[in-house]
Amino acid sequence: MTKTRLSAAPSRRSFLQMSGAALAGAGMLPFLKVLPAQAQAAETVVVVTGQTINSLDIHRTGTNRASYQVAVNCYDRLVSFGTKETADGGLSYDYQTIVPELAESWEIAEDSIVFTLKAHAVFWDGSPVTAEDVRWSFERAVSVGGFPTVQMKAGLLEKPEQFEALDEKTFKIHLLRPSKLTLPDLAVPVPMIINSKVAKANATDDDPWATEYLHQTPAGSGAYKVERWDPGQQLVYERNDAWVGGLLPGARRVIVREVPNASNRRALLERGDVQISFNMPNKDAQELSGQDGVSVFSTPIENCIHCVGLNYSFEPFQDPDVRKAVAYAIPYADIFQTAAYGRGAPMWGGSGEIETLDWPQPFPYDTDLDKARAHLDKSAFAGGFEVPLSISLGLVDWMEPTALLIQESLGKIGITATVEKIPGANWRTAALVEKRLPMHLENFGGWLNYPCYYFFWAYKEGHLFNSSNYANPEVEALVDETLHMQPDDPDYAPKITRLMQIAIEDLPRIPLWQPALNVGTNAAEGYEYWFHRQLDARGLSRA
Amino acid sequence: MPAGRLKTIASRIAQAIPVVLGVVVVTFVLTRALPGDPAVYFAGAAADEASIAEIRTALGLDKSLPEQFIIYVGDLLQGDLGQSLSTGQPVAVELARRLPASLELTLLALLLSCAVALPLGILAATRPGSWIDHGCRVLVTAGVSLPTFFTGLALIYIFYYLLGWSPAPLGRLDFLYLEPPRVTGFFLIDAAVIGDWETWRGAARQMVLPAVTLALFTLAPLARMTRAAMLQALSADFIRTAKAAGLTRTTLLYRYALHNALLPVVTTLGMVFSFTLGANVLVEKVFAWPGIGSYAVDALIASDYAAVQGFVLTMALLFVLLNLTIDIAYTLIDPRIGFES
Repeated sequence: MTKTRLSAAPSRRSFLQMSGAALAGAGMLPFLKVLPAQAQAAETVVVVTGQTINSLDIHRTGTNRASYQVAVNCYDRLVSFGTKETADGGLSYDYQTIVPELAESWEIAEDSIVFTLKAHAVFWDGSPVTAEDVRWSFERAVSVGGFPTVQMKAGLLEKPEQFEALDEKTFKIHLLRPSKLTLPDLAVPVPMIINSKVAKANATDDDPWATEYLHQTPAGSGAYKVERWDPGQQLVYERNDAWVGGLLPGARRVIVREVPNASNRRALLERGDVQISFNMPNKDAQELSGQDGVSVFSTPIENCIHCVGLNYSFEPFQDPDVRKAVAYAIPYADIFQTAAYGRGAPMWGGSGEIETLDWPQPFPYDTDLDKARAHLDKSAFAGGFEVPLSISLGLVDWMEPTALLIQESLGKIGITATVEKIPGANWRTAALVEKRLPMHLENFGGWLNYPCYYFFWAYKEGHLFNSSNYANPEVEALVDETLHMQPDDPDYAPKITRLMQIAIEDLPRIPLWQPALNVGTNAAEGYEYWFHRQLDARGLSRA
Repeated sequence: MPAGRLKTIASRIAQAIPVVLGVVVVTFVLTRALPGDPAVYFAGAAADEASIAEIRTALGLDKSLPEQFIIYVGDLLQGDLGQSLSTGQPVAVELARRLPASLELTLLALLLSCAVALPLGILAATRPGSWIDHGCRVLVTAGVSLPTFFTGLALIYIFYYLLGWSPAPLGRLDFLYLEPPRVTGFFLIDAAVIGDWETWRGAARQMVLPAVTLALFTLAPLARMTRAAMLQALSADFIRTAKAAGLTRTTLLYRYALHNALLPVVTTLGMVFSFTLGANVLVEKVFAWPGIGSYAVDALIASDYAAVQGFVLTMALLFVLLNLTIDIAYTLIDPRIGFES
């Protein structure tokens, strides 16, 4: 038996050979269309990525970020976010619109939300999706601990008792208290609906949530099934033609190949051997944009900021003038060009007036060494000081050039910074858990796109991403008051404005720029940016 | 093979046991001594203290080191190398899947490099100072001075990107093919077994560039050693005697000189093989090759204890096996060498 190919495409190779070196340009792109027998290959989208998918179950301990795409593509949630167009003509999820996925409709009351499931929704094995499946899946998410449980908690979904299956198709969530975060939190990848019958059949006493089984074998109702998973190499999705969660995807099959080397990913995309290169380095994105045949989408990652953290536990940084001196000494524009290749959005040089509730927005600092020196002279450290500037070896691509430029500039006002590199596996412990780095580069972006949510994680005392040990009673109170408040509440805007003013004045974090997610496509359509920064294969098709 | 030799081989294997035990202890201690907290790492970006503690318990990291060691050794005795967190797969399964990929590539590269290096070394030695000798020196210098990742990237750029002769650098097989049913894990052999020549060609084409990259790198020590050993053998007294006795040049060269020169060459080959297997990480990364080198590096970066330990253990076993093979090869080449100590 020799027919072991994925698709009937032996002549794709011969065609490639035939065309030889002439293929280098963009003119060869739709070559599969001229061969009618290749209709199936024309419905295949090949994606390359540098990340490894290590599990097919987002709820499992140790599941990495790259694996979240399986939760998105293979499972449905009750609701999803809508789609909007971005400024550059691309597509993005729209966090202000919640649309149905498995739920047909929902009713929000003061103390509950009741969902009615779509009548025809079925899992891959043909069994109907029931409210009991939803209840079991939610109970799993809040019970397994770790990341899924933390994420569910963000939407005030904490206890199994909150979830109730009223009948076959009606599911009720009892709210602990009303929150604007609850409904959006149901649209993130975590609260996915699992086929509980299949899962329970494969659960054991040691593993009641079937994490070992679902780790390798998804059981969902989503747009794609996993046809094949070779860990460390590739994941092959096959379309589920019975999907009711949205419009049927255009690609019958999506192959996600892991290619660790970025320059190879670029070559593959340029040559048209793959249709999508996911998460390209900024440099490649800059150089490839404008090139024939290749489209590059650089979407600023919502709610995400690369910044300099100044740790309040260390003496110099307790002095507001030292913090301002640093903020004025940073060569923002150089950093943006060198480390980000101009991809993303500047977060400096703002007017200082908070006119909108957009987050992030530029802080009113710019490179001005005179002002920097003046602030330093006012402080107790007029003669300068020495400080380590810590970066993660796992993120050297942007952290190293940034750190070197900051080091050089700080030297001009008398602050001697020594760049300290910390191994990636250690970074999180040092920066976020122990919070022991005096001056460091940091990055945080929340899934739920509200300023108060960002402040909750990054500015509240003791919270994980508050790597600067910042503590301010007014911020504590304002975040607690606004976190679950509806945005149309008259109190909301003034309180958020006040939060931003304090952040600008106190500067525990100095924003540098808002990074971008770069995705290159070649003969593929329908790429959509999502906050989870993983591939949503459901909209893709061959151009 | 005579019974005496079997016995000595058995005793050689017995001598390897303390080495392996030592490796088990040292890797266990070393991985724990490394900086980095796996529980924090695997808890994910948004985990709180409670969930980190839960994961610590789930991984058994809350137990004392001796306790962890006893559990580890107990699992090892059952052939269980533990589960890798970063890939989510049992380590034994991963290594069994990835080792053939590395071995196939390394062996092919060595074969290629021997096929070039040995004749080149012999030619250079028999014509010292000639253009062949100089050419050999140039090739050898290029081989050692060009880092493998650079050679790999350059080859990809020329033969894939510019010329389009090579297949896409997408690992062992392009996405058009499925892996052949597993017999040895060597795709070339497995595809040949079922007579699937299309997949065989696909796998072979995929292997050309990485194998050439590695071969260029391993060529240098082999060619240099062949040249030096041949020069030494050719200047030896017995060759002069043989020459005086009127033996033909071919007999002289291949029967006497090469035979004597083989010993250091085999030693070098063994060393080159073991360090190539460990050092082809970069080649594997460049060509998206799913071998053990890239696996080990990823595991190390992620403080993935089980995977690192499994890798070191496998390499230690391989190395012991390799030394044994070389020792046996010695006695075949030169019967004067015995195992008696």
